[in-house]
Amino acid sequence: MFSRDVQQKIGFGFLRLSALFVLFILVVILYDIISKGIGVINWEFLTTAPTHGMTKGGIFPAIVGTFSVTVITALLAVPLGMFAAIYLNEYAKQGRVTRIIRMSIRNLAGVPSIVFGLFGLALFVQILGFGTSILSAGLTLGLMTLPVTITASEEALKTIPNSYRNGSLALGVTKWYAIRTNVLPYAIPGMLTGTILGLSRAAGETAPILFTGAAFFLPFLPDSPFSQFMALPYHLYVMSTQHHDIAKVRPLAYGTALVLIALVLSMNMIAILLRYWLRKKAKR
Amino acid sequence: MKRRSSFSRFKEKMIEKFFLLNGLLVVFILVGIFYLLLNESLPTFQEVSIVEFFSSTIWNPTGYHQQSYGIVSLVFSTIVVTVGSLIFSVPLGIACAAYLSEIAPPKAREVLKPTIEILAGIPSVVIGFLGIVLIGPMIARLFNLPNGLNVINGSVLLGIMALPTIISISEDAINAVPDDYKKASLALGATEWQTLVKVTIPAALSGIIAAVMLGMGRAIGETMAVLMATGNAPAFPKSIFSAVRTLTATIGIELGEVAYNTTHYYSLFAVGLVLFVMTFLINIVSDWVLNKYEEAE
Repeated sequence: MFSRDVQQKIGFGFLRLSALFVLFILVVILYDIISKGIGVINWEFLTTAPTHGMTKGGIFPAIVGTFSVTVITALLAVPLGMFAAIYLNEYAKQGRVTRIIRMSIRNLAGVPSIVFGLFGLALFVQILGFGTSILSAGLTLGLMTLPVTITASEEALKTIPNSYRNGSLALGVTKWYAIRTNVLPYAIPGMLTGTILGLSRAAGETAPILFTGAAFFLPFLPDSPFSQFMALPYHLYVMSTQHHDIAKVRPLAYGTALVLIALVLSMNMIAILLRYWLRKKAKR
Repeated sequence: MKRRSSFSRFKEKMIEKFFLLNGLLVVFILVGIFYLLLNESLPTFQEVSIVEFFSSTIWNPTGYHQQSYGIVSLVFSTIVVTVGSLIFSVPLGIACAAYLSEIAPPKAREVLKPTIEILAGIPSVVIGFLGIVLIGPMIARLFNLPNGLNVINGSVLLGIMALPTIISISEDAINAVPDDYKKASLALGATEWQTLVKVTIPAALSGIIAAVMLGMGRAIGETMAVLMATGNAPAFPKSIFSAVRTLTATIGIELGEVAYNTTHYYSLFAVGLVLFVMTFLINIVSDWVLNKYEEAE
């Protein structure tokens, strides 16, 4: 066999290669989409509706739809996630209830996105009667995002030292007053970071909106939360599998993919930069 | 004065209850999902026998003469594609995690960490799109097939999607191995490589197993990538070049076209319930493995 040193060289070489390969995968993905999508992107593509059976025109309604649905998602997932995190980090005592809540959060994070789609169809579309709409789809995505916003908010609360809480409690204020004035203001930027990451994932999801409100094609922009909507991820799905002339719309599909990736990754980037900035501030 | 303080104590109690209720909401949602899936599935079995549902290999709810609701081939397809994805994502993911945690210089970490985060952030529909336009044609050329929409394509895509999960959780597990273990091994004259393979990775094994299970859970539950890139033939896969249709893809394709409150509609909720139970069990087990590992620390 090889000597020990050669063995180590080969072993470490393999690990390096693996890491390089992961980087290579990402580069290939981004290169393919950017190089083939960039040619389609121009002002008209971003600001007009699809025309000529979606073989021409742009993706404006899909951008508007994705934006509207993400707003509903945020309205549901951000406050509920914050409240649940405040309970877990500030009020909860070790015990069975807390353990069950934590287990549920982890399990909810593992529920397949298509199952959320089924749940949203049964609850929001059918039982609550919201129909296939921005509201139903946004609420479905909101529930899906909840584990992320809870975990992120809790992480942010954990970074606030106990002296902040004790300092104000010692002055005789109530617990809620201490949390509200001396914990939350410092935790909110950190909460935002994880929340943006969660929302970016929701904005790119397709399976949960398949049956809760996304539409194949709509000539008009949505005018109320109860309208159906076009969405970027669903539009990409339609353009690449459901369209009758797939070869003809391929460039437009690449353009849609690029816009979608740019949207999701720039939200990611904002979150990562925000986190970086916060860490630097914390060190000072 | 006294009244005000008792009112403020009451207010504090109510505030705490309010937050508790928000915490419990997650439990309600999880139970609610299970309940609704069960509730919407049950009507299926007024027409379809449970035995047929779980033992027939033929899924053909729109058959003209006879409808058939058997999920065996769907479950099998899901497992085949998932196992295929793990075959390359597990060794690659663990190796990458070991590199990150043990030998990567800070500069390499600064590149690799965001790489993994960005990879995790790419929407599944984009990955599925790449399966159609990039990986499919590649597979078709490589193996001389008419098209590349098959088991391998799905496995490659799911592997890519499971990688970030496997890498980041394995890295945490490897990082958590106490330095003393490594120092003891090095002091005994073992090389760094021997220490990594014989001491550090075995010590991190339960964490790595949990990472693999969570990656597997993601792969089983992933919809868009497999829906777009595996060819969608609801039959038993004969080889790794067969087109298949997984549990998730079946729901994704058929639920959009089916009339509400028909047996076919209900049967798709039953498929969803099977999926929910599968991923739930995987999560519970990986949770248990992780907890055991934290206690052992």
